[in-house]
Amino acid sequence: MSTIVFIDTRGEKLPKAAQEAVTYASQLAGGPVTAVTFGDAQGLEALGAQGAGKVIVARGVKAVDGQQLTKLVCDVAAAENATTIVCVADATGKAVAPRVAARLKAGHVAGAIGLPEGDRFKRNVFSGKARAFVEVKSPVKVVSLSPNSIAIGQGGGSATVQDFAGDLGPARVTVKEVRKAGSGIPLPEAELVVSAGRGMKGPEHWAPVEELATLLGAATACSRPVADMHWRPHHEHVGQTGVAIRPNLYIAIGISGAIQHLAGVNQSKVICVINKDPEAPFFKAADYGIVGDAFEVLPKLIEAAKKLNAER
Amino acid sequence: MKILVLISQVPDTTARIAFANNNTQYDANGVTFIVNPYDEWYALVRALELKEAKGSGSVTTITVGGADTEATIRKALAIGADEAVRVDAAASDAYQVAAEVAAYAKDKGFDLVLAGKETIDFNGGQVGAMVAELLELPYVPLASKLEVNGTTATVERDVPGGVEVLELQLPCVIGAAKGMAEQRIPNMRGIMAARTKPLQVVPATNPAPVSATVLFELPPAKGAVKMIPAEEAGKLIELLHTEAKVI
Repeated sequence: MSTIVFIDTRGEKLPKAAQEAVTYASQLAGGPVTAVTFGDAQGLEALGAQGAGKVIVARGVKAVDGQQLTKLVCDVAAAENATTIVCVADATGKAVAPRVAARLKAGHVAGAIGLPEGDRFKRNVFSGKARAFVEVKSPVKVVSLSPNSIAIGQGGGSATVQDFAGDLGPARVTVKEVRKAGSGIPLPEAELVVSAGRGMKGPEHWAPVEELATLLGAATACSRPVADMHWRPHHEHVGQTGVAIRPNLYIAIGISGAIQHLAGVNQSKVICVINKDPEAPFFKAADYGIVGDAFEVLPKLIEAAKKLNAER
Repeated sequence: MKILVLISQVPDTTARIAFANNNTQYDANGVTFIVNPYDEWYALVRALELKEAKGSGSVTTITVGGADTEATIRKALAIGADEAVRVDAAASDAYQVAAEVAAYAKDKGFDLVLAGKETIDFNGGQVGAMVAELLELPYVPLASKLEVNGTTATVERDVPGGVEVLELQLPCVIGAAKGMAEQRIPNMRGIMAARTKPLQVVPATNPAPVSATVLFELPPAKGAVKMIPAEEAGKLIELLHTEAKVI
């Protein structure tokens, strides 16, 4: 009986979601866990701080090939006699976790938002409008953790890193191209988000939104119409059909708060709404509100953020 | 090209969310059901576009559910699918749905299986990947673009900070997200034609569920919004630091 955790560690530093998942797995297990990953990442020993005793890396796998990675996870699970397999509910985990579950005929908790209460895992349903408790009926369980659900463990220790030696079969998915669009903070794992909508009146007016985000160390996001009109790139679109996020702070500027937008942001811990229309539905979901013109309010926020940064 | 599109029935996006039987069941009383938007707007419409561009092939939809899903299935036929399959089962978890779809699809020779990225009720995003695993096919989730050239599928997906372009061979399974196609409104001719298009009901294989949703709860009510006058907007930053303690 043991717990393993599958993470995506590609990138310049260890992704936050990976550190959260290792922390979560070791809390579930009540002790060290084995982490499984792929690609070129260095410095994986550091995952010991979050509770990884061992990290197994398939160096030959470069892309998110669901079949290779599923075999990797299942092979490690068999070798470790794992009864709990933790994944991340992100673009990588969604290509792997349900496959692992189907292969092992294991129950899958898709997007757990915390540690279980008894045998029950809590997850968001109805696009954040309700929560559900899920019980797994199979001997092996797969649990995908939603990003931003727990604090990263800060223990000591260093994990031993070993290469995966088995055969994962041919790659069936190849990466042809990656088009980068800026180097900002990845939206799904951002703790602070500054978002703007049609109230900004045009893409040429985004500079103060970006300035406020930079001052706060926040990611930028936008509403659907703004992405559809190509004022901002599509990967910034938060809402029911875009990215669903759960940051600590969501500042919405010039966004009215249609139900589809709320579905993507209603899990934010603190919501601030700035809108010139006092009847904007978003105010009903907000913790803080300012009725005012974005072009008058933004400079005041920027000034206050500069002052705060100077003080701390 | 033979395309299979997974169609799920979900409560309308604006439906009231309430629960019955001591919060163990979704309360469907008075709720209008629709085709899951990701299945309809993106997966189904892209399937139709691919068939139209090629000038040949077929688009079949598959739904796992009771007879009460047939009105929703007819909507998918009205939009343009050639035929529909309903697996007569009341599935209680994603594995059951996927196993029923895979049991039907395994010897039918589909070149492409399309699913929405998730349903808007359970938001699991599991069924497409599970079907792919059970059929031993490659799968890409969250695809915002799909082109098919011969037997090669090219898929784009939004990843944090950019766009990833992937290539894979048919047959494969793709999870459709926003951007893959534009919503089509069925016209009168489509609605009339849908009435006589084949809707085949196949018996369930009834695999055992491996998980159960045992209880629901509504999120705690939000406290009253604290309004700050626009002239003193800077105070918001102060409150976020000292009161909400998020910055």
